[in-house]
Amino acid sequence: MAALSIRGLSKRYANLEVLKDIALDIESGEFTVLVGPSGCGKSTLLNIVAGLDRPSAGTIEIGGRVVNDVAPKDRDIAMVFQSYALYPSMTVRQNITFGMECRHIPKAEQDAAVANVAKLLQIEPLLGRKPSQLSGGQRQRVAMGRALVRNPLLFLFDEPLSNLDAKLRVEMRMEIKRLHQRIGATIVYVTHDQIEAMTMATRIAVMHQGSVQQFADPDTVYRFPANLFVARFMGSPPMNTMPARLEAENDGPVVVIGAGRVDELRLRLRGYDAAAPFVGRKVVFGIRPECIAEGSRTFSSEAPVLVEAPVELVEPTGAETMVLLRLGGEPAMARISPDIRPAPGTSAVFALDTRRICLFDPETERLIA
Amino acid sequence: MIYLAVSLIAAAWLAPLVVVVLNSLRTNEEIAQGSMIGWPQHLAWSNYAAAWSGFCVAETCAGIRPYMLNSALVTIPATIFSTLLGAIAGYAVSLWRFRGDNWIYGIVTLGLFLPQQMRLLPWTIVLRDVGLINTLTGLVLIHTIQGLSFTTLFCRSYYVAIPHELIRAARIDGAGFFRIFWRIILPLSGPILIVTVIWQFTHIWNEFLYGVTFITGQQQPVTAALIALSAAVADIPQHGVQSAAVIIAALPTLLIYLLGGKYFVRGLTAGAVK
Repeated sequence: MAALSIRGLSKRYANLEVLKDIALDIESGEFTVLVGPSGCGKSTLLNIVAGLDRPSAGTIEIGGRVVNDVAPKDRDIAMVFQSYALYPSMTVRQNITFGMECRHIPKAEQDAAVANVAKLLQIEPLLGRKPSQLSGGQRQRVAMGRALVRNPLLFLFDEPLSNLDAKLRVEMRMEIKRLHQRIGATIVYVTHDQIEAMTMATRIAVMHQGSVQQFADPDTVYRFPANLFVARFMGSPPMNTMPARLEAENDGPVVVIGAGRVDELRLRLRGYDAAAPFVGRKVVFGIRPECIAEGSRTFSSEAPVLVEAPVELVEPTGAETMVLLRLGGEPAMARISPDIRPAPGTSAVFALDTRRICLFDPETERLIA
Repeated sequence: MIYLAVSLIAAAWLAPLVVVVLNSLRTNEEIAQGSMIGWPQHLAWSNYAAAWSGFCVAETCAGIRPYMLNSALVTIPATIFSTLLGAIAGYAVSLWRFRGDNWIYGIVTLGLFLPQQMRLLPWTIVLRDVGLINTLTGLVLIHTIQGLSFTTLFCRSYYVAIPHELIRAARIDGAGFFRIFWRIILPLSGPILIVTVIWQFTHIWNEFLYGVTFITGQQQPVTAALIALSAAVADIPQHGVQSAAVIIAALPTLLIYLLGGKYFVRGLTAGAVK
C-alpha cells in the first residue's frame, strides 16, 4: 500500500514557483529522504504533506485517503522539527502527552503510551525535566518520542539532526535508522546532507529548484545519477565531471578527454551501448573519485586501465589520500590508499575503473549511460 | 563630569517631587507663613490622615479615599482586559498568518498615534449611545480599547521571537488557536505581561482627560478629584493636605513599579525562548 502518494503537486508564491509538478509514491515501511541544497523546496514539500502549508495544485494521499482539505492533526502524521519545537513550559512527559491530551485520550492510556516510548528511547529519567534542562541529543530524543507516541501512518522529519554537533549527529543518525528497522515505520525525512541521505534512506528523492531530479534507491542514485546535478550533489567529494568527446574506433566507442592535446586521454568503453547515438559528439565525462586509484589497485578480474597523470595536490585524511590530478588537462580528484603519497609536481600512475564511468548529454545534462 | 551632569539632571527632575513631599509634612500655617519651599519644622503626619479620609472635596468630606477606590475600579479591570486582549491579538498577528494580518496590526497600532483630544468626541458619542456616560464601566471600556493598541504592539514584538515551529508542532498535535495560547504561549509570556501590566496600570491610573470629561461628582477617578480638591478650597489654600493627597494618589503606580520594575527592563529586552 502506498503510505504517501503525491501527484501533480506545485506551489507558487506570487511569481515564484517553489515546487513544480512533484509526483512521488512512497510505499509503507519505506525510509524516504528528500535531499537537496537549501531553497530547493524540500521543506515546503514536507510542510504541504503535513498540512501546514497549502499546495497551489495537485493532490496528496496519505494511506490511500486524499488529505488536501484535512487538518494537520487529522492526517495521521507526526513531525519532528529542526529546532525540536519542544514546548518550553512543559515537562518532557507533558510534551509527549500534549497531543493525546488534545485528542482526549484517557489518562491511563496516556501513561502507558509514555512509558512505552520512554523505554524505547531510553528517556525515562528525563520525564520530569523541562526542555531547557536537556542536552541537544536528549531534546532530539524527546522530539522523536513525541512523534512516536502517536503511532502515525507517516513520520515526517524536517532536518532533525542539523542542530547537533558532528559526533552526536552520527550517533543519532544510527539511532534513527535502528529505530526505523525496529518499528518499520514509514518515514519521510528532509535533509541537505547527502551523507544522511545515503546512509539512512531506502529511497532518495534528490530535489533541485523545485523539482525531483531523481527518485531511486541510494545505490542507483550514486551509481547512475540521473543528471549532472545529482552527480555533483551526491558523494563527497562529488563526482569528477569534465568535457569530452565520444569517438568510434574499430572495437567500440572511445571517450576522449582533452582531444588534440599531447596528454589527451582515450578510454575504451565497454557495455555503453546507450551512448551509440553520441558517437562523434561532445559529452560530459563523469567518474567518481574512488574509481581513480593508485596504479597497483585492481578493481575487478580484468586488468585495470592505467594512466599516467600529473599530481597537483595531495590531501591525506588518514583513512585515504585524496589526490588532485589532471586527466587530459582537466582537474579530477582521486581517492587512493592512505599510505601512498605521490609528490605534488610529479607524475604518477593511476588505475581507472572504466566500468563505472558516467556519460552525460552536455545540453540536457541528463545521463546517457 | 558624566556623574555631575547626570546628578544635575536628576536633581532638576526630582525637585518638584521633593517640594511636594516636604510640603505634605508641613502644617498649613507653616507654609502660609514661610514660603512654598522649606524644611518641615516638625513632621505633620496629620496631613495624610486628612487627605485620606477627612478632607472635603466638592460637597463631601471623605478625603480622597472614595476616589482612590473609583480609580482602582477602573484601572484594575481595564488593565487586565487590555493586557489579555492585547496578548491574544499580538499572538494572532505574530504567530498565525492570515489574509490581511499586517493590515489589521497596522490599523490597531495606528491608535497609538492619534492624540487623545481627537478621540474625545467619538467616545462621547459611543458612550452616549451605549448608555455608559458618567459610569466607571464606560471608563473601563475606553481604557480597555485604547490600551489595545499598545498592548498588541508590545505582545506582538515579544511573540515574533517565538519559533513558528512551536505552533506547527502544536497544530500537528491537534491543538487549536486558544489551546495553543493557553498552554504554550501564555506560560512563556511572564515578562511581557508584567511590562504590559505596569504600563497599562500606570497610564490608566494617571489618565486625567477622560476621567474629567466623562465623569462628574462622586464617580470621578482620583486624578480628576485632585483638581476638584484644589479648586474646592475657597478660604485658605491647604497646600499641606493637597501635597499629601497627591502623594497618596501617586503611590499605587509607584508600588507597581517597585514590585515589577526589575521585570520591566528584563521584559523589554528579553528575546522570548531559547
